[in-house]
Amino acid sequence: MLGLNKKDAGLLLVVIGLTVFAPFILNPFPEGSALAQFNAGYPDLMQRLVIFGIFAIGFNILFGLTGYLSFGHAAFLGVGSYAGIWMIKLLTLNVIPAIVASVLVAGIFSLFVGWISLRRSGIYFSILTLAFAQMSYSLAYSVLTPITGGETGLQPKVGDPRIFDSALAEGVTPRANLFGVFMNDSYELSLGSWVFTFNAGYYIAAFFMVIAFYISIRIFRSPFGLMLRAVKSNQQRLNYTGIQSKPYTLAAFVISGMYAGLAGGLLVAMDTQAGAERMFWTASGEVVLMTILGGAGTLIGPVLGAGFIKYFENIVSKINEGILQAWFSFMPEAAQEFFVAIFYPFIGKGWHLTLGLIFMLVVIFLPGGLMEGGQRISNLFKKKSKSDTGSGKASPAPAE
Amino acid sequence: MSILEVKGVNKSFGGLQALNDVNLSVEEGTVHAIIGPNGAGKSTLLNCFIGKLIPDTGSVMFDSQSLLGRKPHEINQMGVSRVFQTPEIFSDLTVFENVIIACFAKRDGSFELNALVSVASQFDMKEKAEKMLIDVSMIEKRDEIASSLSRGDKRRLEMAMCLAQEPKLLLLDEPTAGMARADTNNTIDLLREIQQASGITMAIIEHDMHVVFSLAEKISVLAQGTVIVEDKPENIKGNPKVQEAYLGGAH
Amino acid sequence: MDAIILQVLNGLDKGSAYALIALGLTLIFGTLGVVNFAHGALFMIGAFCAVTLSRFLNLSHQVIDPTKTDFLGKPLKVDVPYIYGLFGENAGNVIIDWAVPISILLAIPVMVIIGFIMERGLIRHFYKRPHADQILVTFGLAIVLQEIIKYFYGANPIPTPAPDVFKGSFDFGAFFGLDSSGIIYPYWRLVYFAFAAVIIGAVFSFLRFTTFGMVVRAGMADRETVGLLGINIDKRFTIMFGLAAAVAGLAGVMYTPINSPNYHMGMDFLVLSFVVVVVGGMGSLSGAVLAGFMLGILESFASLTIVLETLPGINQIIIFLVAIIVLLTRPRGLMGKAGVMEE
Repeated sequence: MLGLNKKDAGLLLVVIGLTVFAPFILNPFPEGSALAQFNAGYPDLMQRLVIFGIFAIGFNILFGLTGYLSFGHAAFLGVGSYAGIWMIKLLTLNVIPAIVASVLVAGIFSLFVGWISLRRSGIYFSILTLAFAQMSYSLAYSVLTPITGGETGLQPKVGDPRIFDSALAEGVTPRANLFGVFMNDSYELSLGSWVFTFNAGYYIAAFFMVIAFYISIRIFRSPFGLMLRAVKSNQQRLNYTGIQSKPYTLAAFVISGMYAGLAGGLLVAMDTQAGAERMFWTASGEVVLMTILGGAGTLIGPVLGAGFIKYFENIVSKINEGILQAWFSFMPEAAQEFFVAIFYPFIGKGWHLTLGLIFMLVVIFLPGGLMEGGQRISNLFKKKSKSDTGSGKASPAPAE
Repeated sequence: MSILEVKGVNKSFGGLQALNDVNLSVEEGTVHAIIGPNGAGKSTLLNCFIGKLIPDTGSVMFDSQSLLGRKPHEINQMGVSRVFQTPEIFSDLTVFENVIIACFAKRDGSFELNALVSVASQFDMKEKAEKMLIDVSMIEKRDEIASSLSRGDKRRLEMAMCLAQEPKLLLLDEPTAGMARADTNNTIDLLREIQQASGITMAIIEHDMHVVFSLAEKISVLAQGTVIVEDKPENIKGNPKVQEAYLGGAH
Repeated sequence: MDAIILQVLNGLDKGSAYALIALGLTLIFGTLGVVNFAHGALFMIGAFCAVTLSRFLNLSHQVIDPTKTDFLGKPLKVDVPYIYGLFGENAGNVIIDWAVPISILLAIPVMVIIGFIMERGLIRHFYKRPHADQILVTFGLAIVLQEIIKYFYGANPIPTPAPDVFKGSFDFGAFFGLDSSGIIYPYWRLVYFAFAAVIIGAVFSFLRFTTFGMVVRAGMADRETVGLLGINIDKRFTIMFGLAAAVAGLAGVMYTPINSPNYHMGMDFLVLSFVVVVVGGMGSLSGAVLAGFMLGILESFASLTIVLETLPGINQIIIFLVAIIVLLTRPRGLMGKAGVMEE
């Protein structure tokens, strides 16, 4: 199917299935039940899950395949957002030009950054990319304020030119749309005490994620992808096999930059705002974490990692002391107080602490990420030799 | 006709003359060994062939083109493949992937953005890679990860990768260094088989004289940065200059 | 002329901080071969040692002061630091006033212990792992450390003043016989620079004149050989890490009066310090120190109004620009040695 072998086609179908039915899968608990706080089936979060999935898929093409650890990828996402918001302000509220522009501009910017940074490898490369990202961040906050809006960022205004659009009616706020379908349009389906939300923006973003995932499978299975893995494995041998590694790594860098740009453009399409904080180094660190947590170099790992992080970010941030006390209310009071006190630093605003700990634990104990963990568990339970967990490359399988 | 022509090569590091007017020529279709005791300048000479060093004076011509100042991948694309002292392979990839990379390098050149074509659909390349693995009797290990191979098998794999590129000249840098006697003999047999089957030109840089006697048609003996003797193997052993170079050590 | 001297001076304090952090980074990298992204967090923890001590010294109990009354005419309750009870009011006040310098005494053991724990508990297991893993795990640790500090101390900067004696400014203008009050420079910044110079001097002499230091330097030049000599490298690695942590911590303690510490100051400095290390040359101690001061001064020149008018925003990116140019033209940095991190 579509030039994929059975296994990869199956993987693609799984991802399509997951994204299409996400509104059901992410809302397993009935409204009003105690567990409803674990539901994630609302539009804003679902959009983020798939958009950051795209970001991580792209990052994985660079880091997972070539081993070049970029610490500045958020810059491309940020640049993509700015390009997108300007299209929305200047041309039209239709999101297509915004998304196209964000991919192109991020691609050009990553070509420039990559061309310079890839002259060095190892930690030098990481620091160069970090330097570029921090530079972009500082400039966006200071000198480039006319283009970036500085601290307030950019939003569409009623008075924007929007040369392709007819004038908005009096009192109508500018909202992003795709040929008349608004991003925040939703259809709610009530089944018993369950409520499922089908959001237009989510499905548009999910459509792009499926395409992005498909392209990433094709890249993984291509001679180009093989060369990228060879770069990671032994650059010296590659050079003495007549291959120049720089064009390959640069191409991978630009492709992953364009993925980041696409993610930035989609973020703008969904919430119609862009700000410099998206370029901060913590944002770059987050995509590294998503990729590693899921499993760098595996196909589906980064998607899982992005979903995991964004889901827990949302859930953990929502938990407050009251909820914590309710959880431990079955215990004697002293024990309850004790456990609440222990868990309190990790919830709510303590999400970053939890995130940092997860990061460390994964790097220490599970460098292959969730995919490796899954495989270890399945190896434990099944006597079957390396069963197919759908990773494709967690342990390098034959190329076909 | 000579395929590799080295003329008047000098190279010094600081005050140390590492190569002193080296001349040699490798004839097409032959096995030519360059031997010499430690410190004779073998590695320096090899580095001049592969673009790592540029000689102070002199020329290194391959197929009537100069090799000097070219990058490793350019030299390889001209038709020079290299076997390393310790086998250099893509250890995270499978045996088959290792070889097919070399096949792609031969077909597509130093860069090709083949990002949306599946490796599996490249039937001619697959066939070629498999044939190469059969040639070095590694086909049954096709899907193993290269790092799990024994040292001898890694050497075979490296040979298969080099041969897949159909080089005009195969440079071997001490191919048996650090090997046990049995492995050394296996490697010698492998090289002989390959040479007899394909008639490929080989230049072997070697420290151990015994390795090359059964292989080489011509031997250049390098000592203190200069070629002291160039002759057939049977004439080398008895040559007093050679014995002095090896036994007398550096003086 | 005034302006130039002033900018050089202004660059010195930031440059001192860069140099001290970069020195520690280089020590750890050179000896242990580990890229420590948590080094900025150590700087930050040092600063919070000062905050902690200063808060501790200010711990008070309320007593009724019979001599004063509040606006309702009732006897006034005043806060009396516990420390008055120990040392009397005058000495107590002096101690509170000198909280920041006194914190050095607290910071040294605290930082050394934190350094030991970090090396033994975490870093040690990453010697043989790829640099990417080292970066990632220390990056995670940096997040954890700064979030812990944020949890206990909040997100806002905490002003921590210098002793009153150093509150004023030194009039360099008068000193050099130029315009008086042309070059005004706070005393504490001079103290900071002198302190940094002392620390740097101490680290260098420690490395040069002690046997321990000789082994460490030999280890930086050729780790394998030193290992072969049968010298117990492990123990020395741990001590080196403790030393580097202490240097970063002290840099943080003394920096508090210049910039009120907050939980993310470590990362702000770390990114720049890494750039400093790269510019100076990975593995070169003198390169790190030199580049630290150089970039600090350069940054302060870039902040001149006249420069900003021609090149707006240059002060924000000058260090990164220099780093990019240096890396592209002198890949080993200004004083880098061959073979360090070049695989």
